[in-house]
Amino acid sequence: MSDNASNNSSKTLEEIGIEILPVNTGQGKVHAKRIGGFFRNFKWWAASFWIILFVGPYMRWNGEQAILWDIPNRQFNIFGLTILPQDIWMLSLILLFFALLLAVSTAIAGRVWCGYFCFQTVWTDVFTWIEEKIEGQPHKRQKLDEQPMNMEKLQKRVLKHSAWLFISFMTAFSFIAYFVDVFELWGQLFTLTASGYVWAELLVIGILTYLAAGIMREQICLWVCPYARIQGAMVDQETIMPTYDKDRGEPRGRLKRSKKDTEDEATKQGDCIDCNLCVAVCPTGIDIRQGQQYGCITCGLCIDACDSVMDKLKKPRGLVRYASIADFAGVELPPIYKRPRVIVYSTIMAAAFAGILYGFIAMAPMTMNVLHERNPLFVQLSTGEVQNKYTIKVVNKTDKVMNVELSVEGIEGIRMTGVDGLIEVQPGNVHGLSAFVKAPKRNLSGESTPIKIKAYNVDNPEQKVIYDSMFIGPRY
Amino acid sequence: MAGHNPWPDEGNTGHIWDEDIRELDNPPPLWWMLAQYMGFIMIIVYAIYYPTIPTPTGHTQGVAGWTAYREYKEDFETLNAYRAREFAEQEKMLEELSPAEILKNQDLAVYAEKTSKALFGDYCAACHGTGGAGNPDFPVLADDDWLFGGNAQTIYKTLVQGRKGNMPAYAHLGDEKIGQIADYLIAMSEGREGDASVSAGKSLFMGSGCAGCHGATGKPMAAMRDFMGAANLSDGIRRFSAGDYKESMIRTIKYGVNQANENTRYAVMPAFAGRLSDKDLKRLSVYVHRLGGGE
Repeated sequence: MSDNASNNSSKTLEEIGIEILPVNTGQGKVHAKRIGGFFRNFKWWAASFWIILFVGPYMRWNGEQAILWDIPNRQFNIFGLTILPQDIWMLSLILLFFALLLAVSTAIAGRVWCGYFCFQTVWTDVFTWIEEKIEGQPHKRQKLDEQPMNMEKLQKRVLKHSAWLFISFMTAFSFIAYFVDVFELWGQLFTLTASGYVWAELLVIGILTYLAAGIMREQICLWVCPYARIQGAMVDQETIMPTYDKDRGEPRGRLKRSKKDTEDEATKQGDCIDCNLCVAVCPTGIDIRQGQQYGCITCGLCIDACDSVMDKLKKPRGLVRYASIADFAGVELPPIYKRPRVIVYSTIMAAAFAGILYGFIAMAPMTMNVLHERNPLFVQLSTGEVQNKYTIKVVNKTDKVMNVELSVEGIEGIRMTGVDGLIEVQPGNVHGLSAFVKAPKRNLSGESTPIKIKAYNVDNPEQKVIYDSMFIGPRY
Repeated sequence: MAGHNPWPDEGNTGHIWDEDIRELDNPPPLWWMLAQYMGFIMIIVYAIYYPTIPTPTGHTQGVAGWTAYREYKEDFETLNAYRAREFAEQEKMLEELSPAEILKNQDLAVYAEKTSKALFGDYCAACHGTGGAGNPDFPVLADDDWLFGGNAQTIYKTLVQGRKGNMPAYAHLGDEKIGQIADYLIAMSEGREGDASVSAGKSLFMGSGCAGCHGATGKPMAAMRDFMGAANLSDGIRRFSAGDYKESMIRTIKYGVNQANENTRYAVMPAFAGRLSDKDLKRLSVYVHRLGGGE
């Protein structure tokens, strides 16, 4: 169709100002070269953060799994702290905090998450590392891809895919182990007694890991992940990203060896020798020299590559370097804390963090809910008292049994009946009961009188709740 | 829309806007069409499998024999089977124990209470109100004033055999004296029974036979309460609560309760022995007992 269009001398996309950067659409496999360097090392350090995922479930706290989302019991255990659904509002603040952390880091330094921390990047990195160990350098892998199946190829392939599947399985297993006790889960797997849900999740997460990190790789970053597409709105002129220094590099060209060249010609030549190493090392298969683009996950590997070449040429490093558009325009950047984006994001983050902190500090070990019975609102008793019924729910957020004593005050002669002695509330549990509160009619001040219902743990009187409720009486 | 078509060969429909935006006539992708055909096939399969097509007399039945009602019934049976299995122990205890014994077992009492809320709503709430709040002229079940006694065993008896109170009519006393008795009873319920203004009523109450059932102080003797449901007149809780207090009282005294005259109070608790299982009656006894005033 484009041929047709050009034949008819209509405009092409380039002509109307749309930049088309060549991006691998999956026809050719990217076999990125691996070379050492500062960013390569930093990537490994950043990636090792994910080891926590694998060892996390084995951490113990007071004999229990330290981090456990106990869905059947509707609670989240983290280092001895039990978070019940009532406190789940904190989760929204935690999510807000991390969403803004992503936003602020993107505003300052682009896709640092993508380049160094994202599980897609990290897992792909580990998978390709394994691939290189088994199948060799990129050109060997390319050859292996092209050659027909034989014993050697089969061996290498089986070994590689087994290793990938093993990591995928461990990933899925470790993820599930945050929801089911890890040792119990191993037992269930070995005795084949795990529930259908566990098998299904193992299968789905495992297969997805294998596909995403082994087969799809950079295609996930380019076509599946929404973050690549919204980053245009998250970065600005002051955001530093790996950028090719066009002024210094161009016109690019092969290194002239002849010394007969005149000084003029030598100065015309830019520093880029068009060695294509920056393209060869790119895990998403882009050419950084074409400028900032959405295919770039800002992993810095092209910087390592170019620096190694510049070192050999005895030229200064930094032909490709972390820099912002403003840098190249010669604009002096304001300090980070003076940029509006950073100020706004940080303010919201601070608010969210304060909320989380408050939530953890103020999280009471015991809470109580009191619901006044509405039908009937009150009854008159033959003793001359008025009786109100309340549904009381006491929540124990600690990991010890609570013996709770209930009492009521606020009206002269008020008393509570229907509760026999102490209430035993199991750890991480709710105990609900109905209680009757009676008060002499003559002591009521009006139709409704405020009262306080108190609960306290007899073993630890500091754990107490006072609930303000209403006592309803007749109108006359 | 441009008049001429600069791209005659690309198969556009001739609709061109803003110089170069044109509508093409490309076929939908293959996968999309396949999904579309699959959808058609599924419609046919569905129409054969499930009741689908209306006919003059009803609709096609479908080969699966599925109906929403049948599915509901199956699900309901599944639920009942689950309950029968899960709560077999509690149900057995409900059958074997007496209401008083059930009440003593805290967990079982809660079980009985929770499983009889629907029963109470179906059979009791029409007169006694949801939550036992009572209705005009129908007793409150949440208070501690009982006509026939409020322990679990007595409540159970009330449910099983029903109750019919009995109070003779005193129309022969005449309106003036009946009015005086009513004044006295109102004073009594407010703790002013010694007032000089109601002394005439007091002597009438004593002399006309009222105290025989209701007791000299308005508190009926246990035997009279158990036998005919004599009301406690001293506590201010009104058995017949509709309308003006004094008017209501005069009518009760004048025409009695469950007597053979047109204006008498009709106050009957029906027997539920044949209508509900013994187990359910025990459940309900516990439920009523725990409404707030059980003895």
